[in-house]
Amino acid sequence: MLNYIFRRLLIALPSLLGISVVLFTVLALAPGDPFEELATNPNVPAEVRMMLRQQFGLDDPVWQRYLRWLTSMLRGDWGFSFQSRVNVDQLILQRLPTTIVVIGLSQVLAILIALPVGVLAAVKPYSWFDRIASTIAFIGFSLPTFFTGIVFILFFSIYLGWFPFVYRSDISSTGWQFFWDHFKQSIMPISVLGLFQAASMMRYVRSAVLDVIRLDYVTTARSKGLTERTVITKHVVRNALIPVVTLVALQMPAVFGGAIVTEQIFRVPGIGSLLIDAILRNDTPVIMAVTFVLSCLVIFFNLLADVIYGWLDPRISYG
Amino acid sequence: MADVIADPDSAGAQRVSGGGMLGPGPEPQLGKVVASISPWQEAWRRFKRHRLAYWSLWVLGIMVLAVLLGPLVYKVGINDVDFQSRLAGPSLKHPMGTDDLGRDILARVLYGGRISLAVGMAAMLMAITVGVLIGAVAGMARGWVDAVLMWVTDLFLSLPQLPLLLLLIFLFREPLKQAFGLELGIFILIVTVIGGFRWMPVARLVRAQFFSLREKEFVEAARALGATTPRQVVRHILPNSLGPVIVAATIDVAAAIIAESTLSFLGLGFPPDIPTWGRILYDGRDYMDLAVHWAMFPGLAIFLTVLTINFIGDGLRDALDPRRVL
Amino acid sequence: MPLLDIRGLKTHFKTDDGWLHAVDGVDIAIEAGQTVSVVGESGCGKSVTAKTVMKLIDMPPGKIVAGQVLWQGRDLVPLGPDEMQKIRAKEIAIIFQEPMTSLNPVFTIGEQIAESVRLHEGLSKKAALDRAVEMLQLVNIPTPQRRVNDYPHQFSGGMRQRVMIAIALACNPKLVIADEPTTALDVTIQAQILELLQSLKDRFGMAVMLITHAMGVVAEVAQRVVVMYAGKVVEEATVGDLFARPLHPYTQGLIHSIPRLDTAAIHKVRLEAIPGTVPKLIEPAEGCRFAGRCKYVTPACRTATPPLLEVSPGHKVACILHPAAP
Repeated sequence: MLNYIFRRLLIALPSLLGISVVLFTVLALAPGDPFEELATNPNVPAEVRMMLRQQFGLDDPVWQRYLRWLTSMLRGDWGFSFQSRVNVDQLILQRLPTTIVVIGLSQVLAILIALPVGVLAAVKPYSWFDRIASTIAFIGFSLPTFFTGIVFILFFSIYLGWFPFVYRSDISSTGWQFFWDHFKQSIMPISVLGLFQAASMMRYVRSAVLDVIRLDYVTTARSKGLTERTVITKHVVRNALIPVVTLVALQMPAVFGGAIVTEQIFRVPGIGSLLIDAILRNDTPVIMAVTFVLSCLVIFFNLLADVIYGWLDPRISYG
Repeated sequence: MADVIADPDSAGAQRVSGGGMLGPGPEPQLGKVVASISPWQEAWRRFKRHRLAYWSLWVLGIMVLAVLLGPLVYKVGINDVDFQSRLAGPSLKHPMGTDDLGRDILARVLYGGRISLAVGMAAMLMAITVGVLIGAVAGMARGWVDAVLMWVTDLFLSLPQLPLLLLLIFLFREPLKQAFGLELGIFILIVTVIGGFRWMPVARLVRAQFFSLREKEFVEAARALGATTPRQVVRHILPNSLGPVIVAATIDVAAAIIAESTLSFLGLGFPPDIPTWGRILYDGRDYMDLAVHWAMFPGLAIFLTVLTINFIGDGLRDALDPRRVL
Repeated sequence: MPLLDIRGLKTHFKTDDGWLHAVDGVDIAIEAGQTVSVVGESGCGKSVTAKTVMKLIDMPPGKIVAGQVLWQGRDLVPLGPDEMQKIRAKEIAIIFQEPMTSLNPVFTIGEQIAESVRLHEGLSKKAALDRAVEMLQLVNIPTPQRRVNDYPHQFSGGMRQRVMIAIALACNPKLVIADEPTTALDVTIQAQILELLQSLKDRFGMAVMLITHAMGVVAEVAQRVVVMYAGKVVEEATVGDLFARPLHPYTQGLIHSIPRLDTAAIHKVRLEAIPGTVPKLIEPAEGCRFAGRCKYVTPACRTATPPLLEVSPGHKVACILHPAAP
């Protein structure tokens, strides 16, 4: 198993390098050369400009500039944000946990809904439960998150007045009240993301279970006299989870995209909204660093999915 | 007694029940007469059974017609300012109400529809073209060409889409505007960028199909008859791999429409004066409590379009992927 | 009283084109400790019969339309899932055809044997695992202590089939249904598996319903033979009688189509094949179903389906040429 993890790690590294090359190429190719631009940007103080020229080595050949950029990225030396006058790594570390928590909890919510509903729908395909669940799922993933987000705000914040729709990270309450306040303000972004994910996940689970349920070994399990319930929960689900896990991991890049949108709507101070702000304000170091961090996160989640897949499927690890 | 219709695909010698190369003597056994129909008719029959997909086809058709022909019939301008009727709710005069400048929202939604649909179709075509090309080359060439192409595909799949989308638009907006003019430049940028992130699943699909079809007997037969590789591909393999590609294409249109509206919503899509659905929503979101219709109608338009396309895609999957017979 | 008495069983399947009469009036009786072989070509309904006994058919689209399955006098057809669960594996066990896909890939084989034992005999986890090791020993799997913790993919096809046998016998059932247990295996392994089944039968004395389409296997192992064709039983006899005096034209064709290594060297005889193919069983018409391929067919054969009649003690045939014994 360790062998397998090691092998996956080895594959992940070239991907990371590949992504960094793509990122760098995009930035270098962009006409108007952002490096050049920020050097002449009046917001940038002179010392910073000097440092940047040095750091980016604007007159060096491209591959040298790339290597320098890559090493400083990997060292954690992400530069200095123009707008916030703060080191970029500080800025990111401040906001990263919020994003991770929101994404993490939304995925948990999605799984909690999608797994049972998907399995039940697949066990009795085309029944009324399946039809209703599938239709709701279709509606769910056809509603763009920004639309659901503002509908939620309209309904729960403005109409019902239950939840605040502006996120505040400086909540002063303590103890249970602290958690309750945090819950009230994060439940909406978490739900918007989570329900959207649950919709497509439910279809995946249903499809995976439908594929597994007609396989021979399920008939063998039934022939042993196991209750249908045991057959499904023990034999079918365990196998159906394997492709579902893979799909969930492959969806990760899209989930981050969704998080960016919800952070905008609910004004959650995560790295998604940081990215948007930075783009709208031409804050290049922040843009580059955030994109790099997001790419690393995607690779990390792919690796995690590979590991879980190896754990779930003995054919991989005991190959 | 009625003769039994033979399957047109077979050499014609076989009957539906019994019989075959019997020579003189016994007549074929008879059972229920099962008529044969072409694969396309079969697919259409299966599609129709998916009721939601079938109705979605009609609804989407109506919407497309409305968007294409509407502006010819409904002559209200998209920029006609009318301060008298600011933020007015739906009425006979303004079926979808007005925004804060008194502009008619129905007209703007109809106009935006054209753009959204155009972007959706164009991005889908791009994704499909690139995907089929790469998948076909990888599937036919195999070996190291395949390995390289697959590594590139996996790389693109690992890229965080929305951040890069935003980044690319941010960086290339100006130069494209200058090269192709405002609207066309942004259109090209958005289509390329959205399509450029959706070709990977198609490439994988096509490659998988090619791998399996390449070794099938009918392709070998073509090879034996002297068909060159391109001919094998175009005439034999490609038509048979189209099923999943068509399904993927349908979903791609929906995804592209959502992507474009998301970009507009984040302020990074088309310029502010072009009323795409995402943009109208963006403009209207601060007025939710005063004039909910402003954001609702474009939102519903996006929702309905994407929903119908998704249902149709599901119906197509049932029609073209017959492995699940229930 | 026979251990298993299938009377007039009809299992039909609903398809788009009508009802498929997979099993259409089948009578099979098995006494305790007896080996009865059910033979016939692919599609004649043998597997469906076996699965119907265990109620393992998907009930839609399948349906038991008529008949009884008497297990020790008790009809299984109306029983609900809870009661069937008590009978499966404990009283009647089944071995399937495809060892490569019949085992769950994510559980160890020890676990797959043990879960049956835990369920029916209430043993603890440890005791059940010990029983699993015993069973592996019984089916001649070397180093069972170690192998019990291995996964199915770590076993060859022949060994997996042994594991299936171990699972089937784990709770000491009275009847084992073996559905083409050797078809998917190499010839040398086939012999081993059959020997194993035979020795286990000698040891435990269970009855065996051996389903196969290989007549050579039948000759080795069975005491009685039931020949099925197109969903019906066409002949039934002791194994000696069947091979010495096959009465039904289909049986004759089957026996004559066995390649004979011993005689082939002496006289060069052409291998006889039965011309034609099995009829489609969708709402079949009246008349003998073999009529389309029969050498001796007469017009009377097509008007009424010949019933299964006893023409000499212990020997039944469904053919118009062989009237019942007076």
